[in-house]
Amino acid sequence: MSAVGLRPKSPVERVMASHAGLVFVFFYAPILLLVVFSFNDNSNVGIWTEPSLRWYREVFASAPVMNAVRNSLIVAAISTVVSTVLGTTTALALERFRFRGQRVYDGLVYLPIIIPDVTMAVMMLLFFAQTFTMLEGAVGWSPSFGLGTISLSHIAFNISFVAVVVRARLGQLDPRLEEAAADLYAGRWQAFRRVTLPLILPGVLGGALLALTLSLDDVVVTSFVAGPGATTLPVYVFGLVRRGVTPLINAVSTVMLLASMVLIAVSLGLQRGAGSKVIAAAAPDGDATL
Amino acid sequence: MKRMPRAVGLVAILMLVATACGDDGGDTVAVGDCTAGQTDGDLNFYNWSEYMDPDLIAAFETEYGVDVVESFYESNEAMLAQLQSGVVYDLVVPSDYMIKIMIDEGLLMKLDKEALTNYGNLAESFRTQPYDPTGDFSVAYQYGTTGLGVNLTMVGDDFVPSWALVFDTEITSKYPVGVSLLNDPRETMGAALEYLGYSLNDTNIDHLDEAAQLIKNAKANIATFDSDQYDENLVNGEVAIAHGYSGNMIVVIGEAENPDDFVYVLPEEGATLWIDNMAIPANSNAPCTAHTFIDWLLDAENGAALTNWNYYGSPNEAATPFLDEEVVEFYEDTLTAKLEVITDTGDYEINFTDKLAEAKS
Repeated sequence: MSAVGLRPKSPVERVMASHAGLVFVFFYAPILLLVVFSFNDNSNVGIWTEPSLRWYREVFASAPVMNAVRNSLIVAAISTVVSTVLGTTTALALERFRFRGQRVYDGLVYLPIIIPDVTMAVMMLLFFAQTFTMLEGAVGWSPSFGLGTISLSHIAFNISFVAVVVRARLGQLDPRLEEAAADLYAGRWQAFRRVTLPLILPGVLGGALLALTLSLDDVVVTSFVAGPGATTLPVYVFGLVRRGVTPLINAVSTVMLLASMVLIAVSLGLQRGAGSKVIAAAAPDGDATL
Repeated sequence: MKRMPRAVGLVAILMLVATACGDDGGDTVAVGDCTAGQTDGDLNFYNWSEYMDPDLIAAFETEYGVDVVESFYESNEAMLAQLQSGVVYDLVVPSDYMIKIMIDEGLLMKLDKEALTNYGNLAESFRTQPYDPTGDFSVAYQYGTTGLGVNLTMVGDDFVPSWALVFDTEITSKYPVGVSLLNDPRETMGAALEYLGYSLNDTNIDHLDEAAQLIKNAKANIATFDSDQYDENLVNGEVAIAHGYSGNMIVVIGEAENPDDFVYVLPEEGATLWIDNMAIPANSNAPCTAHTFIDWLLDAENGAALTNWNYYGSPNEAATPFLDEEVVEFYEDTLTAKLEVITDTGDYEINFTDKLAEAKS
């Protein structure tokens, strides 16, 4: 409880505060409901009978579901790492260098954010199909659709998102810090490694998390560029809806939710770890940041 | 399938694109040439989620010594796009209208009926359909209908199974909670057309106007237009009668506290039938394994095992003695009812959407 509580609140502030509260309820009530109903024994999503772990058992016992989870995780891991590296370098290039055609490039980088999913999906599918045919003709080898094509597609749209997030952070960064490092005889790489990267790290991690989430969520693009044996979890779940929503979907979603929360906690921990040396020196009890 | 909006525009784009790619596969029809029980490699099976009993797959793998790799899709349109681009699968399960599109595109292989020794188990009425008039490209996999779920405690035992149950205000005004109709242009306009004595594939705009007017007049007692929660609403007593799909109705009525209070009926004027089908893509790498798999599912006991697992209707007549009693009871009427498959009306399709929107407003 901070000093804000001491000041009398104006009616406008009260309205704003209760509005914010409502927004949070609107956001989180459905999620909470989903988690609660994932422990429902009834196979009808809307009717509560008794608590049970039945649907969790089904999730972990179902080979197609577990296989889809595995595929989703592989794709998410690959596309997150690659798109974070590429997205970060893109952001650096656009923010730190001046080159010919920069403005055009600048605009094009953000195109995947604006294009509708279906359009992107069809384009990717065609691109792969054409490339594979050409490869076949040129070198007699044709790759096949599968986790590879899904990962490449996810990388393609994730780069833009990572670049946006990292660039926002870079924009706030004082370029004089890097110049100062250069004055102190740091090489380009050293300056980047010791000064720039630690400062933009929250942006990079934020971009990576966004990429991870987008990759784990994607249905449309994935279902178009998938290949035999490469069904991801969201595509599988979307197919399930056809039979009516069962609590199995709730259970799967709860597991996914938990996994994302763990990931976010880990990344927040890492960010705190990076900044904590300074903070620890200022606040010896170490809990000051809470 | 029925829940997915048909991405008609998307299909159009893809067709354009497919022709632009110079894919001339449409002229020569691939024909399967296999012997019964022959296998020629592992099977890449492209299916809907939770539509195939994993135990059945395992049994097939053991019996024939091949691997079955199952992948899943969530819409007919995404599956079509994949095949058009040359992604290789050996067996797919498209819905009725999509079979026609795929035949026209030259994407399917003509089946070798000689290799399908159990073909005779398939009910006569399922062998040919408007989307595959010769039955050469597809074998019915499972089917379902669209009809009415009725709460007997509200409606009573003594009613005529007719679309009047949802459209005749003299009847519907007796239920304070009202009725629900699907929020689906083809299904709901189709029901109104059938009630008026037309075909649900009728493309006379005056008839469609009449149907829209019918819905408009009935609106006072229509609680919702809803395609997702109707089954739960019915069982929870929030509506007296619900327009909906057999697959969901059988599950929700079976799980209700008092299943005897509910019944699913097919209106006597006619109702919708949908059929999903097994078909072999023209570019399949293991067409003979695919034939063997189809034949194996046409076996009476295997066919019954499939239906007992996913609870959809079985087109496999020989399987009936092995089916769970409740499935048999539930689908009993289907074989005698007046049913129609929704066919693609091409450019006219948009009128269904427009008229339903108009009727609802």
